[in-house]
Amino acid sequence: MKYLCLVYLSPEEWNSAPDEACMACGNELRASGHFITGTPLHPTHTATTVRVRNGQVSVTDGPFAETKEQLAGFYLIDARDLNEAIQIASKIPPAQFGSIEVRPTRELVVSPQHAAAAAAP
Amino acid sequence: MPAPEIARVSAEIDKLYRKDSRRIFATLIRLLGDFERAEEALHEAFRAAMEKWPSEGLPQNPVAWLVSAGRFKSIDKQRRDQRFEHLEDRPDVAESLADQAPPLEEKEELEDDRLRLVFTCCHPALAPDAQVALTLREVCGLATEEIAAAFLTPAPTIAQRIVRAKAKIRDANIPYQVPSREELPTRLESVLRVVYLVFNEGYSASSGDSATRADLSGEAIRLGRLIVELIPEPEAQGLLALMLLHESRRETRATADGELILLDEQDRSRWNRALITEGADLVRTAFGTQRIGPYAVQAAIAAVHAEAPRAADTDWREIVGLYDLLLRLTPSPIVALNRTVAIAMRDGPQAGLTALDDLLAGGELEGYQLAHAARADFCRRLGRHAEAREAYRRAIDLTNQVPARRFLEKRLAALPV
Repeated sequence: MKYLCLVYLSPEEWNSAPDEACMACGNELRASGHFITGTPLHPTHTATTVRVRNGQVSVTDGPFAETKEQLAGFYLIDARDLNEAIQIASKIPPAQFGSIEVRPTRELVVSPQHAAAAAAP
Repeated sequence: MPAPEIARVSAEIDKLYRKDSRRIFATLIRLLGDFERAEEALHEAFRAAMEKWPSEGLPQNPVAWLVSAGRFKSIDKQRRDQRFEHLEDRPDVAESLADQAPPLEEKEELEDDRLRLVFTCCHPALAPDAQVALTLREVCGLATEEIAAAFLTPAPTIAQRIVRAKAKIRDANIPYQVPSREELPTRLESVLRVVYLVFNEGYSASSGDSATRADLSGEAIRLGRLIVELIPEPEAQGLLALMLLHESRRETRATADGELILLDEQDRSRWNRALITEGADLVRTAFGTQRIGPYAVQAAIAAVHAEAPRAADTDWREIVGLYDLLLRLTPSPIVALNRTVAIAMRDGPQAGLTALDDLLAGGELEGYQLAHAARADFCRRLGRHAEAREAYRRAIDLTNQVPARRFLEKRLAALPV
Protein backbone atom coordinates (compact mmCIF):
# COMPACT_ATOMS: atom_id res chain seq x y z
CA MET A 1 0.00 0.00 0.00
CA LYS A 2 1.27 3.46 -0.86
CA TYR A 3 0.53 6.49 1.29
CA LEU A 4 0.76 10.17 0.41
CA CYS A 5 2.02 12.29 3.31
CA LEU A 6 1.03 15.93 2.87
CA VAL A 7 2.99 18.61 4.69
CA TYR A 8 1.08 21.66 6.02
CA LEU A 9 2.73 24.75 7.51
CA SER A 10 1.57 28.22 8.50
CA PRO A 11 3.52 31.02 6.78
CA GLU A 12 5.18 31.88 10.12
CA GLU A 13 6.50 28.33 10.48
CA TRP A 14 7.39 27.98 6.80
CA ASN A 15 11.15 27.79 7.39
CA SER A 16 11.08 26.26 10.87
CA ALA A 17 12.18 22.77 9.88
CA PRO A 18 15.73 23.10 8.52
CA ASP A 19 16.39 21.74 5.02
CA GLU A 20 19.22 19.61 6.48
CA ALA A 21 16.75 17.77 8.70
CA CYS A 22 14.37 17.19 5.78
CA MET A 23 17.22 15.91 3.66
CA ALA A 24 18.30 13.55 6.45
CA CYS A 25 14.74 12.27 6.81
CA GLY A 26 14.54 11.59 3.07
CA ASN A 27 17.86 9.79 3.16
CA GLU A 28 16.73 7.57 6.02
CA LEU A 29 13.51 6.65 4.26
CA ARG A 30 15.42 6.01 1.07
CA ALA A 31 17.81 3.69 2.93
CA SER A 32 14.93 1.79 4.51
CA GLY A 33 13.20 1.40 1.13
CA HIS A 34 10.13 3.45 2.04
CA PHE A 35 10.82 6.56 -0.02
CA ILE A 36 9.18 6.92 -3.46
CA THR A 37 9.33 10.66 -4.08
CA GLY A 38 8.99 13.94 -2.24
CA THR A 39 9.82 17.56 -2.70
CA PRO A 40 9.48 20.87 -0.87
CA LEU A 41 7.37 23.62 -2.48
CA HIS A 42 7.77 27.35 -2.92
CA PRO A 43 5.36 29.40 -0.71
CA THR A 44 1.70 29.77 -1.66
CA HIS A 45 2.11 33.18 -3.31
CA THR A 46 3.85 31.37 -6.16
CA ALA A 47 0.73 29.27 -6.78
CA THR A 48 -1.41 29.47 -9.91
CA THR A 49 -4.90 27.97 -10.14
CA VAL A 50 -6.08 26.40 -13.39
CA ARG A 51 -9.70 25.60 -14.21
CA VAL A 52 -11.43 24.50 -17.38
CA ARG A 53 -15.07 25.47 -17.87
CA ASN A 54 -16.93 25.00 -21.14
CA GLY A 55 -13.63 24.14 -22.78
CA GLN A 56 -12.12 27.51 -21.76
CA VAL A 57 -8.96 27.47 -19.67
CA SER A 58 -8.97 30.05 -16.89
CA VAL A 59 -5.80 30.95 -15.03
CA THR A 60 -5.79 32.90 -11.78
CA ASP A 61 -3.20 34.06 -9.34
CA GLY A 62 -3.02 32.30 -6.00
CA PRO A 63 -4.18 29.04 -4.40
CA PHE A 64 -7.88 29.70 -4.77
CA ALA A 65 -9.53 26.31 -4.53
CA GLU A 66 -13.12 26.55 -3.31
CA THR A 67 -13.25 25.82 0.42
CA LYS A 68 -15.48 22.82 -0.19
CA GLU A 69 -12.97 21.40 -2.68
CA GLN A 70 -10.84 18.66 -1.12
CA LEU A 71 -7.49 17.27 -2.20
CA ALA A 72 -8.28 14.40 -4.57
CA GLY A 73 -4.91 13.46 -6.03
CA PHE A 74 -1.66 14.81 -7.34
CA TYR A 75 0.58 14.80 -10.41
CA LEU A 76 4.26 15.66 -10.14
CA ILE A 77 5.14 16.89 -13.63
CA ASP A 78 8.26 18.11 -15.35
CA ALA A 79 7.54 21.12 -17.56
CA ARG A 80 9.72 23.65 -19.35
CA ASP A 81 8.10 26.64 -17.63
CA LEU A 82 4.84 27.77 -16.01
CA ASN A 83 3.10 28.13 -19.38
CA GLU A 84 3.71 24.49 -20.21
CA ALA A 85 2.74 23.46 -16.68
CA ILE A 86 -0.57 25.35 -17.07
CA GLN A 87 -1.19 23.68 -20.40
CA ILE A 88 -0.60 20.24 -18.89
CA ALA A 89 -2.70 21.04 -15.82
CA SER A 90 -5.60 22.09 -18.04
CA LYS A 91 -5.63 18.57 -19.54
CA ILE A 92 -6.00 16.84 -16.17
CA PRO A 93 -9.67 15.70 -16.24
CA PRO A 94 -10.80 17.08 -12.84
CA ALA A 95 -9.76 20.59 -14.03
CA GLN A 96 -13.20 20.66 -15.68
CA PHE A 97 -15.01 20.21 -12.38
CA GLY A 98 -12.68 21.50 -9.68
CA SER A 99 -9.35 23.24 -9.81
CA ILE A 100 -5.71 22.32 -10.22
CA GLU A 101 -3.26 24.23 -8.06
CA VAL A 102 0.10 24.49 -9.81
CA ARG A 103 2.96 24.99 -7.38
CA PRO A 104 6.64 25.17 -8.29
CA THR A 105 8.88 22.78 -6.35
CA ARG A 106 12.20 23.88 -4.96
CA GLU A 107 15.47 22.21 -4.10
CA LEU A 108 16.47 21.62 -0.50
CA VAL A 109 19.32 23.98 0.30
CA VAL A 110 21.99 22.07 2.19
CA SER A 111 25.74 22.44 2.66
CA PRO A 112 28.00 20.46 0.26
CA GLN A 113 28.78 17.83 2.96
CA HIS A 114 25.08 16.99 3.31
CA ALA A 115 24.63 16.90 -0.45
CA ALA A 116 27.61 14.52 -0.78
CA ALA A 117 26.16 12.29 1.94
CA ALA A 118 22.86 12.20 0.05
CA ALA A 119 24.58 11.17 -3.17
CA ALA A 120 26.43 8.34 -1.45
CA PRO A 121 24.83 4.91 -1.83
CA MET B 1 37.70 66.02 -27.04
CA PRO B 2 36.72 69.70 -26.78
CA ALA B 3 34.14 70.69 -24.18
CA PRO B 4 31.26 71.46 -26.60
CA GLU B 5 31.77 68.02 -28.12
CA ILE B 6 31.59 66.39 -24.66
CA ALA B 7 28.39 68.31 -23.97
CA ARG B 8 26.95 67.07 -27.26
CA VAL B 9 27.81 63.43 -26.44
CA SER B 10 26.27 63.59 -22.99
CA ALA B 11 23.13 65.20 -24.42
CA GLU B 12 23.03 62.30 -26.88
CA ILE B 13 23.36 59.78 -24.01
CA ASP B 14 20.55 61.55 -22.16
CA LYS B 15 18.34 61.28 -25.22
CA LEU B 16 19.15 57.58 -25.66
CA TYR B 17 18.32 56.95 -22.03
CA ARG B 18 14.93 58.59 -22.32
CA LYS B 19 14.06 57.03 -25.66
CA ASP B 20 15.62 53.57 -25.61
CA SER B 21 16.47 52.51 -22.08
CA ARG B 22 13.30 50.41 -21.65
CA ARG B 23 13.91 48.56 -24.92
CA ILE B 24 17.49 47.88 -23.89
CA PHE B 25 16.26 46.75 -20.47
CA ALA B 26 13.79 44.31 -22.05
CA THR B 27 16.56 42.78 -24.15
CA LEU B 28 18.83 42.53 -21.14
CA ILE B 29 16.12 40.64 -19.27
CA ARG B 30 15.99 38.11 -22.08
CA LEU B 31 19.78 37.79 -22.20
CA LEU B 32 20.34 37.66 -18.45
CA GLY B 33 17.09 35.96 -17.45
CA ASP B 34 16.58 38.12 -14.38
CA PHE B 35 14.94 41.49 -13.66
CA GLU B 36 17.40 42.66 -10.99
CA ARG B 37 20.49 41.76 -12.97
CA ALA B 38 19.07 43.45 -16.06
CA GLU B 39 18.31 46.64 -14.12
CA GLU B 40 21.84 46.70 -12.77
CA ALA B 41 23.33 45.92 -16.19
CA LEU B 42 21.33 48.76 -17.76
CA HIS B 43 22.86 51.25 -15.37
CA GLU B 44 26.33 49.81 -15.81
CA ALA B 45 25.96 50.10 -19.58
CA PHE B 46 25.04 53.78 -19.42
CA ARG B 47 27.84 54.41 -16.94
CA ALA B 48 30.29 52.81 -19.39
CA ALA B 49 28.91 54.99 -22.18
CA MET B 50 29.46 58.11 -20.07
CA GLU B 51 33.06 57.04 -19.52
CA LYS B 52 33.96 55.95 -23.03
CA TRP B 53 31.92 57.91 -25.57
CA PRO B 54 33.22 61.41 -24.80
CA SER B 55 36.76 60.29 -25.70
CA GLU B 56 36.02 57.57 -28.27
CA GLY B 57 33.02 59.15 -29.93
CA LEU B 58 29.55 57.66 -30.44
CA PRO B 59 29.52 54.03 -31.64
CA GLN B 60 27.84 53.28 -34.95
CA ASN B 61 24.90 51.52 -33.30
CA PRO B 62 24.61 52.99 -29.79
CA VAL B 63 21.70 50.77 -28.73
CA ALA B 64 23.50 47.56 -29.70
CA TRP B 65 26.62 48.89 -27.97
CA LEU B 66 24.67 49.48 -24.76
CA VAL B 67 23.10 46.01 -24.88
CA SER B 68 26.48 44.32 -25.33
CA ALA B 69 28.10 46.48 -22.68
CA GLY B 70 25.32 45.73 -20.18
CA ARG B 71 25.47 42.03 -20.88
CA PHE B 72 29.26 41.93 -20.68
CA LYS B 73 29.34 43.86 -17.40
CA SER B 74 26.76 41.55 -15.87
CA ILE B 75 28.48 38.32 -16.89
CA ASP B 76 31.76 39.76 -15.71
CA LYS B 77 30.23 40.61 -12.34
CA GLN B 78 28.69 37.15 -12.08
CA ARG B 79 32.13 35.64 -12.67
CA ARG B 80 33.68 37.81 -9.98
CA ASP B 81 30.88 36.98 -7.52
CA GLN B 82 31.35 33.28 -8.14
CA ARG B 83 35.07 33.57 -7.52
CA PHE B 84 34.24 35.37 -4.33
CA GLU B 85 32.12 32.39 -3.35
CA HIS B 86 35.14 30.13 -3.97
CA LEU B 87 33.70 28.53 -7.05
CA GLU B 88 36.60 29.34 -9.33
CA ASP B 89 36.64 25.67 -10.26
CA ARG B 90 33.28 26.16 -11.93
CA PRO B 91 33.98 28.48 -14.84
CA ASP B 92 31.43 26.45 -16.82
CA VAL B 93 28.62 28.48 -15.25
CA ALA B 94 29.88 31.78 -16.58
CA GLU B 95 30.96 30.19 -19.85
CA SER B 96 27.53 28.72 -20.49
CA LEU B 97 26.00 32.15 -19.89
CA ALA B 98 28.43 33.62 -22.39
CA ASP B 99 27.52 30.93 -24.94
CA GLN B 100 23.98 32.20 -25.09
CA ALA B 101 25.36 35.34 -26.75
CA PRO B 102 22.92 36.59 -29.33
CA PRO B 103 23.83 37.91 -32.73
CA LEU B 104 23.95 41.69 -32.94
CA GLU B 105 20.50 42.95 -32.01
CA GLU B 106 18.39 44.46 -34.72
CA LYS B 107 15.68 46.99 -34.00
CA GLU B 108 12.99 44.39 -34.60
CA GLU B 109 14.41 42.06 -32.03
CA LEU B 110 14.53 44.83 -29.45
CA GLU B 111 10.84 45.53 -30.02
CA ASP B 112 10.07 41.82 -29.73
CA ASP B 113 11.82 41.88 -26.38
CA ARG B 114 9.58 44.69 -25.18
CA LEU B 115 6.56 42.67 -26.24
CA ARG B 116 7.88 39.58 -24.43
CA LEU B 117 8.22 41.74 -21.36
CA VAL B 118 4.64 43.01 -21.71
CA PHE B 119 3.34 39.44 -21.87
CA THR B 120 5.40 38.45 -18.85
CA CYS B 121 4.21 41.43 -16.79
CA CYS B 122 0.55 40.78 -17.77
CA HIS B 123 0.68 37.04 -17.13
CA PRO B 124 -2.66 35.85 -15.70
CA ALA B 125 -0.79 33.94 -12.98
CA LEU B 126 0.09 37.33 -11.45
CA ALA B 127 -2.43 39.25 -9.35
CA PRO B 128 -4.34 41.75 -11.55
CA ASP B 129 -3.17 44.85 -9.65
CA ALA B 130 0.39 43.53 -9.74
CA GLN B 131 0.14 43.18 -13.54
CA VAL B 132 -0.65 46.87 -13.86
CA ALA B 133 2.08 48.01 -11.47
CA LEU B 134 4.69 45.71 -12.99
CA THR B 135 3.89 46.82 -16.55
CA LEU B 136 4.20 50.49 -15.64
CA ARG B 137 7.40 49.89 -13.71
CA GLU B 138 9.24 47.48 -16.01
CA VAL B 139 7.88 48.21 -19.48
CA CYS B 140 7.17 51.94 -19.21
CA GLY B 141 9.94 52.68 -16.72
CA LEU B 142 7.77 54.70 -14.32
CA ALA B 143 9.15 55.11 -10.80
CA THR B 144 7.30 53.32 -8.01
CA GLU B 145 6.37 56.74 -6.55
CA GLU B 146 4.85 57.85 -9.85
CA ILE B 147 2.73 54.70 -10.07
CA ALA B 148 1.66 55.17 -6.45
CA ALA B 149 0.66 58.79 -7.11
CA ALA B 150 -1.32 57.88 -10.21
CA PHE B 151 -3.25 55.10 -8.47
CA LEU B 152 -3.61 56.94 -5.16
CA THR B 153 -1.99 53.98 -3.42
CA PRO B 154 0.87 54.19 -0.88
CA ALA B 155 4.27 53.66 -2.50
CA PRO B 156 5.26 50.78 -0.17
CA THR B 157 2.12 48.89 -1.26
CA ILE B 158 3.04 49.30 -4.93
CA ALA B 159 6.65 48.35 -4.18
CA GLN B 160 5.54 45.20 -2.39
CA ARG B 161 3.25 44.22 -5.27
CA ILE B 162 6.16 44.56 -7.67
CA VAL B 163 8.58 42.61 -5.48
CA ARG B 164 6.06 39.77 -5.00
CA ALA B 165 5.29 39.63 -8.70
CA LYS B 166 8.97 39.45 -9.59
CA ALA B 167 9.50 36.71 -7.00
CA LYS B 168 6.68 34.72 -8.57
CA ILE B 169 8.08 35.21 -12.08
CA ARG B 170 11.38 33.82 -10.82
CA ASP B 171 10.15 31.01 -8.53
CA ALA B 172 7.28 29.73 -10.67
CA ASN B 173 9.38 30.18 -13.82
CA ILE B 174 7.00 32.37 -15.79
CA PRO B 175 8.69 32.42 -19.18
CA TYR B 176 9.81 35.48 -20.99
CA GLN B 177 8.09 34.95 -24.32
CA VAL B 178 5.25 35.91 -26.61
CA PRO B 179 2.62 33.17 -26.18
CA SER B 180 2.01 30.48 -28.75
CA ARG B 181 -0.74 30.83 -31.35
CA GLU B 182 -3.23 28.77 -29.29
CA GLU B 183 -2.63 30.77 -26.14
CA LEU B 184 -2.50 34.15 -27.85
CA PRO B 185 -6.21 35.11 -27.80
CA THR B 186 -6.65 34.75 -24.03
CA ARG B 187 -3.21 36.10 -23.21
CA LEU B 188 -3.71 39.10 -25.50
CA GLU B 189 -7.02 39.77 -23.76
CA SER B 190 -5.20 40.05 -20.45
CA VAL B 191 -2.57 42.41 -21.93
CA LEU B 192 -5.21 44.63 -23.55
CA ARG B 193 -7.14 44.77 -20.28
CA VAL B 194 -4.05 46.06 -18.45
CA VAL B 195 -3.34 48.64 -21.17
CA TYR B 196 -6.94 49.90 -21.09
CA LEU B 197 -6.87 50.10 -17.28
CA VAL B 198 -3.72 52.22 -17.46
CA PHE B 199 -5.33 54.44 -20.09
CA ASN B 200 -8.54 54.93 -18.13
CA GLU B 201 -6.65 55.72 -14.96
CA GLY B 202 -4.93 58.49 -16.89
CA TYR B 203 -8.04 59.66 -18.67
CA SER B 204 -10.60 59.87 -15.88
CA ALA B 205 -10.23 63.35 -14.46
CA SER B 206 -11.59 62.10 -11.15
CA SER B 207 -8.70 62.77 -8.81
CA GLY B 208 -4.97 62.94 -8.36
CA ASP B 209 -2.39 65.05 -10.10
CA SER B 210 -3.72 65.55 -13.63
CA ALA B 211 -0.24 65.82 -15.16
CA THR B 212 0.77 62.35 -13.94
CA ARG B 213 -2.50 61.03 -15.20
CA ALA B 214 -2.11 62.38 -18.73
CA ASP B 215 1.28 60.62 -18.77
CA LEU B 216 -0.44 57.34 -17.96
CA SER B 217 -2.69 57.71 -21.00
CA GLY B 218 0.36 58.50 -23.11
CA GLU B 219 2.10 55.35 -21.85
CA ALA B 220 -0.99 53.26 -22.60
CA ILE B 221 -1.14 54.60 -26.15
CA ARG B 222 2.56 53.88 -26.64
CA LEU B 223 2.00 50.31 -25.45
CA GLY B 224 -1.04 50.04 -27.71
CA ARG B 225 1.02 51.09 -30.73
CA LEU B 226 3.76 48.61 -29.88
CA ILE B 227 1.24 45.76 -29.63
CA VAL B 228 -0.52 46.68 -32.87
CA GLU B 229 2.79 46.90 -34.67
CA LEU B 230 3.84 43.41 -33.61
CA ILE B 231 0.45 41.65 -33.23
CA PRO B 232 -1.95 43.17 -35.76
CA GLU B 233 -4.98 41.48 -34.21
CA PRO B 234 -8.32 43.29 -34.64
CA GLU B 235 -8.89 43.70 -30.90
CA ALA B 236 -5.44 45.25 -30.43
CA GLN B 237 -6.27 47.66 -33.27
CA GLY B 238 -9.67 48.27 -31.73
CA LEU B 239 -8.22 49.17 -28.35
CA LEU B 240 -5.61 51.50 -29.85
CA ALA B 241 -8.35 53.17 -31.92
CA LEU B 242 -10.55 53.55 -28.84
CA MET B 243 -7.74 55.18 -26.87
CA LEU B 244 -6.78 57.52 -29.73
CA LEU B 245 -10.39 58.60 -30.26
CA HIS B 246 -10.86 59.36 -26.55
CA GLU B 247 -7.51 61.12 -26.43
CA SER B 248 -8.52 63.33 -29.39
CA ARG B 249 -11.11 64.98 -27.13
CA ARG B 250 -8.99 65.31 -24.00
CA GLU B 251 -8.58 69.10 -24.21
CA THR B 252 -12.29 69.78 -24.65
CA ARG B 253 -13.73 67.60 -21.88
CA ALA B 254 -13.61 70.19 -19.15
CA THR B 255 -13.45 73.92 -18.66
CA ALA B 256 -10.27 75.55 -17.36
CA ASP B 257 -11.64 75.31 -13.80
CA GLY B 258 -12.51 71.64 -14.11
CA GLU B 259 -16.25 71.74 -14.98
CA LEU B 260 -17.29 68.77 -17.12
CA ILE B 261 -18.36 69.47 -20.69
CA LEU B 262 -20.60 66.83 -22.28
CA LEU B 263 -19.91 65.48 -25.74
CA ASP B 264 -22.66 67.50 -27.44
CA GLU B 265 -21.36 70.75 -25.96
CA GLN B 266 -17.66 70.26 -26.65
CA ASP B 267 -15.82 72.55 -29.06
CA ARG B 268 -15.35 70.14 -31.95
CA SER B 269 -12.94 72.45 -33.75
CA ARG B 270 -10.43 71.67 -30.98
CA TRP B 271 -10.66 67.90 -31.34
CA ASN B 272 -7.34 66.46 -32.51
CA ARG B 273 -7.95 65.58 -36.18
CA ALA B 274 -4.75 63.56 -36.61
CA LEU B 275 -5.71 61.24 -33.75
CA ILE B 276 -9.27 60.92 -35.09
CA THR B 277 -8.04 59.99 -38.57
CA GLU B 278 -5.64 57.43 -37.18
CA GLY B 279 -8.29 55.98 -34.86
CA ALA B 280 -10.99 55.81 -37.53
CA ASP B 281 -8.57 54.12 -39.97
CA LEU B 282 -7.76 51.50 -37.34
CA VAL B 283 -11.50 50.88 -36.78
CA ARG B 284 -11.97 50.25 -40.49
CA THR B 285 -8.99 47.87 -40.56
CA ALA B 286 -10.33 45.96 -37.55
CA PHE B 287 -13.86 45.71 -39.01
CA GLY B 288 -12.33 44.58 -42.33
CA THR B 289 -11.08 41.38 -40.67
CA GLN B 290 -14.65 40.26 -39.83
CA ARG B 291 -13.32 39.18 -36.44
CA ILE B 292 -14.74 42.01 -34.41
CA GLY B 293 -14.50 42.23 -30.64
CA PRO B 294 -15.76 44.63 -27.96
CA TYR B 295 -12.85 47.10 -28.22
CA ALA B 296 -13.32 47.53 -31.97
CA VAL B 297 -17.07 48.11 -31.53
CA GLN B 298 -16.55 50.67 -28.77
CA ALA B 299 -13.98 52.38 -30.97
CA ALA B 300 -16.48 52.39 -33.86
CA ILE B 301 -19.00 54.16 -31.61
CA ALA B 302 -16.36 56.73 -30.63
CA ALA B 303 -15.50 57.17 -34.33
CA VAL B 304 -19.13 57.91 -35.27
CA HIS B 305 -19.13 60.71 -32.69
CA ALA B 306 -15.71 61.96 -33.76
CA GLU B 307 -16.64 62.12 -37.43
CA ALA B 308 -19.86 64.12 -36.93
CA PRO B 309 -19.06 67.79 -37.75
CA ARG B 310 -21.72 68.97 -35.26
CA ALA B 311 -23.46 67.13 -32.41
CA ALA B 312 -26.73 67.39 -34.37
CA ASP B 313 -25.13 65.50 -37.28
CA THR B 314 -24.44 62.39 -35.14
CA ASP B 315 -25.67 59.21 -36.83
CA TRP B 316 -27.66 57.76 -33.91
CA ARG B 317 -29.08 54.91 -36.01
CA GLU B 318 -25.54 53.71 -36.58
CA ILE B 319 -24.70 54.10 -32.90
CA VAL B 320 -27.76 52.14 -31.73
CA GLY B 321 -26.82 49.40 -34.22
CA LEU B 322 -23.29 49.28 -32.82
CA TYR B 323 -24.63 49.07 -29.25
CA ASP B 324 -26.82 46.13 -30.33
CA LEU B 325 -23.68 44.43 -31.60
CA LEU B 326 -21.73 45.28 -28.45
CA LEU B 327 -24.52 43.93 -26.27
CA ARG B 328 -24.37 40.62 -28.17
CA LEU B 329 -20.58 40.43 -27.71
CA THR B 330 -20.52 41.47 -24.03
CA PRO B 331 -23.95 41.39 -22.40
CA SER B 332 -23.70 43.87 -19.54
CA PRO B 333 -26.18 46.23 -17.86
CA ILE B 334 -23.82 49.17 -18.41
CA VAL B 335 -23.68 48.59 -22.17
CA ALA B 336 -27.47 48.26 -22.12
CA LEU B 337 -27.69 51.59 -20.28
CA ASN B 338 -25.56 53.35 -22.89
CA ARG B 339 -27.78 51.84 -25.55
CA THR B 340 -30.87 53.46 -23.99
CA VAL B 341 -29.13 56.85 -24.21
CA ALA B 342 -28.53 56.27 -27.92
CA ILE B 343 -32.17 55.18 -28.34
CA ALA B 344 -33.31 58.42 -26.65
CA MET B 345 -31.27 60.35 -29.19
CA ARG B 346 -32.60 58.34 -32.14
CA ASP B 347 -36.27 57.97 -31.16
CA GLY B 348 -36.78 60.66 -28.52
CA PRO B 349 -36.61 60.74 -24.69
CA GLN B 350 -39.85 58.77 -24.21
CA ALA B 351 -38.39 55.75 -26.04
CA GLY B 352 -35.21 56.09 -24.02
CA LEU B 353 -37.11 56.28 -20.75
CA THR B 354 -39.21 53.21 -21.55
CA ALA B 355 -36.07 51.19 -22.37
CA LEU B 356 -34.27 52.50 -19.28
CA ASP B 357 -37.15 51.73 -16.91
CA ASP B 358 -37.23 48.16 -18.25
CA LEU B 359 -33.56 47.95 -17.46
CA LEU B 360 -33.85 49.51 -14.00
CA ALA B 361 -36.59 46.98 -13.18
CA GLY B 362 -33.84 44.33 -13.46
CA GLY B 363 -32.30 45.88 -10.30
CA GLU B 364 -28.64 45.60 -11.31
CA LEU B 365 -28.27 49.32 -12.07
CA GLU B 366 -29.97 50.57 -8.90
CA GLY B 367 -26.67 51.68 -7.32
CA TYR B 368 -25.13 53.03 -10.51
CA GLN B 369 -25.14 56.83 -10.64
CA LEU B 370 -25.09 57.10 -14.43
CA ALA B 371 -28.38 55.18 -14.69
CA HIS B 372 -30.08 57.77 -12.47
CA ALA B 373 -28.34 60.64 -14.26
CA ALA B 374 -29.68 59.28 -17.58
CA ARG B 375 -33.19 58.93 -16.14
CA ALA B 376 -33.01 62.48 -14.82
CA ASP B 377 -32.00 63.74 -18.25
CA PHE B 378 -34.81 61.86 -20.06
CA CYS B 379 -37.40 63.18 -17.58
CA ARG B 380 -36.03 66.71 -17.87
CA ARG B 381 -36.38 66.59 -21.64
CA LEU B 382 -39.95 65.27 -21.28
CA GLY B 383 -40.83 68.13 -18.89
CA ARG B 384 -41.40 65.66 -16.02
CA HIS B 385 -39.53 67.89 -13.58
CA ALA B 386 -40.49 66.27 -10.28
CA GLU B 387 -39.22 62.89 -11.47
CA ALA B 388 -36.11 64.53 -12.93
CA ARG B 389 -35.37 66.22 -9.60
CA GLU B 390 -35.69 62.94 -7.70
CA ALA B 391 -33.39 61.13 -10.16
CA TYR B 392 -30.75 63.90 -10.02
CA ARG B 393 -30.74 63.71 -6.22
CA ARG B 394 -30.29 59.94 -6.33
CA ALA B 395 -27.44 60.30 -8.86
CA ILE B 396 -25.72 62.99 -6.76
CA ASP B 397 -25.93 60.76 -3.67
CA LEU B 398 -24.14 57.99 -5.57
CA THR B 399 -21.38 60.18 -7.09
CA ASN B 400 -17.97 60.58 -5.44
CA GLN B 401 -16.16 62.42 -8.22
CA VAL B 402 -16.26 66.14 -7.54
CA PRO B 403 -16.58 67.46 -11.13
CA ALA B 404 -19.35 64.96 -11.92
CA ARG B 405 -21.22 65.96 -8.75
CA ARG B 406 -20.93 69.65 -9.55
CA PHE B 407 -22.26 68.97 -13.03
CA LEU B 408 -25.33 67.14 -11.70
CA GLU B 409 -25.97 69.80 -9.07
CA LYS B 410 -25.93 72.48 -11.76
CA ARG B 411 -28.43 70.52 -13.84
CA LEU B 412 -30.65 70.04 -10.79
CA ALA B 413 -30.52 73.75 -9.95
CA ALA B 414 -31.43 74.65 -13.55
CA LEU B 415 -34.74 72.71 -13.39
CA PRO B 416 -37.81 74.99 -13.36
CA VAL B 417 -39.47 75.00 -9.93
